[in-house]
Amino acid sequence: MTVSAYLILASILFTIGAVTVLVRRNAIIVFMGIELMLNAANLAFLTFSRMWGDLTGQLAAFFVMVVAAAEVVVGLAIIVSLFRTRRTVSVDDENLMRH
Amino acid sequence: MSVLAAPEIHIEWSALAPVLIVLGAAVVATLVEAFVPRQARRLVQVPLALLSVAAAGLVALQLALTASSSTTAAAQGNLAVDPMALYLQLAIAACSLLGLLVIADRTVQGEDAFAPQASAVPASEYEEQVRRAGWTQTDVFPLVLFAVGGMMLFPAATDLITLFVSLEVLSLPLYLLTGMARHRRLLSQEASLKYFLLGALASAFFLFGAAWVYGATGTLNLYVIQISVSSVTGLSPILVVGAVLILVGLLFKVGAVPFHAWTPDVYQGAPTVVTGFMAACTKIAAFGALLRVIYAMVPGLEWSLEPVLWTVAILTMVVGTVVGLVQKDVKRLLAYSAIAHAGFILVGVTAYSLEGLSGSLFYLFTYGISTVGAFGVLSLVREVDSDGHMRGEATGLDQWRGLGRRSPLLAGCFAIFLLSFAGIPLTSGFVAKFAVFGAAFGSGAAALGIVGLACSAAAAFFYARVIQVMFFDSPPDEEVRLTTVGPGIGVRTLGFTQIAIAVSLALTLVLGIVPGWFLSFTEELSSLLMLTR
Repeated sequence: MTVSAYLILASILFTIGAVTVLVRRNAIIVFMGIELMLNAANLAFLTFSRMWGDLTGQLAAFFVMVVAAAEVVVGLAIIVSLFRTRRTVSVDDENLMRH
Repeated sequence: MSVLAAPEIHIEWSALAPVLIVLGAAVVATLVEAFVPRQARRLVQVPLALLSVAAAGLVALQLALTASSSTTAAAQGNLAVDPMALYLQLAIAACSLLGLLVIADRTVQGEDAFAPQASAVPASEYEEQVRRAGWTQTDVFPLVLFAVGGMMLFPAATDLITLFVSLEVLSLPLYLLTGMARHRRLLSQEASLKYFLLGALASAFFLFGAAWVYGATGTLNLYVIQISVSSVTGLSPILVVGAVLILVGLLFKVGAVPFHAWTPDVYQGAPTVVTGFMAACTKIAAFGALLRVIYAMVPGLEWSLEPVLWTVAILTMVVGTVVGLVQKDVKRLLAYSAIAHAGFILVGVTAYSLEGLSGSLFYLFTYGISTVGAFGVLSLVREVDSDGHMRGEATGLDQWRGLGRRSPLLAGCFAIFLLSFAGIPLTSGFVAKFAVFGAAFGSGAAALGIVGLACSAAAAFFYARVIQVMFFDSPPDEEVRLTTVGPGIGVRTLGFTQIAIAVSLALTLVLGIVPGWFLSFTEELSSLLMLTR
């Protein structure tokens, strides 16, 4: 397998994640889309790391994993508290503020 | 068998002191939450937070005054301790000190701006119990300190991963703080969710961009990227895509159009005291990082990135101004004003010259200071219900009618902040606008300067409208008079907010009337920076 195959896979994953964020209505699913985008970035980091024969990219992937975990903590706290208030996590129902 | 010897790691502790003080205090504040009894927490947290930020600011000032011309790389080249980083750290410390004063303030009845328990379901039995028990949420102080620490790292980071980590360190606490308002909790939680989802999306873009830049250059260090970008003859599309994605992530934090959708909702939904802190400090930190990234990448990618930056700057100024004109809510109005200002600062950034850099640095500081003051005023104008209980902030423009006659001092302060935002002479906003637009005309970006001038002229209308509503509209009818109160007409606080307003008012006027010394300071910093490139 060539490097470009992995890069294309990373791009496809990133696109799927971005589309999920744009079209899905459930906050949890939207959040999963974001996580998918982060993992796509990780895959790209690892591929380039291998390509350059340089460890920096692998190091970056570890940092991203830790940060993503922290993000999950904060994100789920926000989503859960919102769910307990409203009994829904649909992002379409979040429309109290309008222009 | 060889023993794995760890390579010598050299960290310049003294040069990193401002950040370390704040983050250390944040850790201590977290421990305070765990071990100090509930009644005593506030007494410990408030001085701890104020003192640590003040100390960090003083250390940054000391380092800035003794800084030599050369860029000092610290922490294995991951952070720059150069004049720009120190200046921005000083500005962030100053603004967050004022912001913390506003955050720490509470009414004489002991109610601060935050929900007694953010985890309690709004309007539930538990929330009522907690409210009656008089609990206060002191977790806000460690959260603010972590955010300040991240903000101080952000403009100093010279490595894309350090940049990403500090972006998250500053963002995650802000997402939580946004959702912790005492009043209008649904709005606050909604703002928190929107901010979180969009912020996480933007950081994913940033990260993916960083991965592609790494792929194109083989390094994450901005200085090495700068060298390899300018030595490449044919432009690699991978590099351009990566650079644009990184800019998307940073422009989101700045609140530039078309990545501004979160700004009005988050500014409106967040507790007003947090909005002030966030609006001022995030803008300074994010523009600092943006400056660093742009100055590293643009020399090599001028033809690809300049059209993007120009478009974003023009769109940001126009959209911020035009949509701001029709706002009926003072908080939302200030949010659109913040978007327009992001556009004005982008003009200075895009000018890509010594004057542009110095103008942007000046603009960031003065805008931050005035913003904290303006939101401080906003946090003092409150609603009361029929039983005389204090409610949330009265942010409807209708409710502000005649405020100038009922509470002249407060309305006068707000008017001066608005005049500064509008860029009227004798306020710091005028000098700042003059500096960035002058830089745009001087560096051949006259089109940007003209759009900027037109937009500031149009924006002056909506600031003037608020002033007109406050001072010249007919006094409010009995209903509004009873339900909208301010200092001197019902709101009594510990006075921290008033101190913050007074300080930022003084700075706004001083930097407007005698700006020369400060301008030459930022010019000197910028020339030091330009020399090292």
